[in-house]
Amino acid sequence: MSQQPKSHESASDTHHGHSLGHEAGHGSFKGYITGFVLSVILTAVPFWLVMGNVFDNPTLTAFFIMAFAVVQIVVHMIYFLHMNMESEGGWTMMALIFTIVIVAIALSGSLWVMHHLNSNMMPMSPEMMRNMP
Amino acid sequence: MSDTNVQEMEKPEFYLREEHHPEESTMIGFWLYLMSDCLIFAVLFATHAVLGRNYAAGPSPADLFDLQLVAINTAMLLFSSITYGFAMLEMERGRQKSTLVWLAITGVFGAIFIGLELYEFIHLIHEGAGPSRSAFLSSFFTLVGTHGLHVTFGLVWLVTLMVQVSIHGLIPANRRRLMCLSMFWHFLDVVWIGVFSFVYLMGVLG
Repeated sequence: MSQQPKSHESASDTHHGHSLGHEAGHGSFKGYITGFVLSVILTAVPFWLVMGNVFDNPTLTAFFIMAFAVVQIVVHMIYFLHMNMESEGGWTMMALIFTIVIVAIALSGSLWVMHHLNSNMMPMSPEMMRNMP
Repeated sequence: MSDTNVQEMEKPEFYLREEHHPEESTMIGFWLYLMSDCLIFAVLFATHAVLGRNYAAGPSPADLFDLQLVAINTAMLLFSSITYGFAMLEMERGRQKSTLVWLAITGVFGAIFIGLELYEFIHLIHEGAGPSRSAFLSSFFTLVGTHGLHVTFGLVWLVTLMVQVSIHGLIPANRRRLMCLSMFWHFLDVVWIGVFSFVYLMGVLG
């Protein structure tokens, strides 16, 4: 019983600390510089991979491009958009996770369905092409 | 533990766990708007992913895209992101003049980005690779054009806020608006990561 009010107090204390810590919500000079340097590296490497024809295997290059893009998006989220678990009582993170789920379904679903549709289409002969409306 | 202590504790106390933050409720609302905007871009990305290989015997990305131009464009947007960050830091310190200077620099980078993108579009259309040439080009122009339109409106918003700040100063309302634009601007940079990775680099890769 004697524990309850104390924990309440500390919970509201930490909350207060977060809402007061406005610098955390806006980022710091160091944070922006870190994010910028990371972004420059994460942008330059995929461009270099493609423009310099570093790998002979395009699939490998594509894999690296995707990996770097995902990491850079996370870097931007953390250092520029200042995402964290605590902001707005976690609701920004919930909205983000929900959006990521929807985006993943929309992207993978479209690709999956349209790929099957494509491979089940009747191939078009040059004659059919010529007589197309 | 004495009786009086227990009674004291059982006195009903109502805690307002969350404080009233009118400006922060704007932030969550704006974040939800950005998430819905993210869905618009997701649909356009999906369209491009499906149609991006349908060239209709026309030019392919490797024939059309100038990666050096795209790299410069990407750099412009990245620079504008960090300069906007500096503007926000100056706003935190309450320095109106340097906030305006950083905002102006951000605007210049954004304007260069839009200028280069328009140059690219006009160049493509001149080469006969307009949006009506193939499904690939239709989806390309829709996706990249939508992003460009967002940046354009971001620039309009930026100029509006610069006027607001220079007239009214860094009042709470203007700070809130600048924070919303900050989220918008960085969000557009995030979308651009997707564009240069999946549309340009993967496209040229074939």
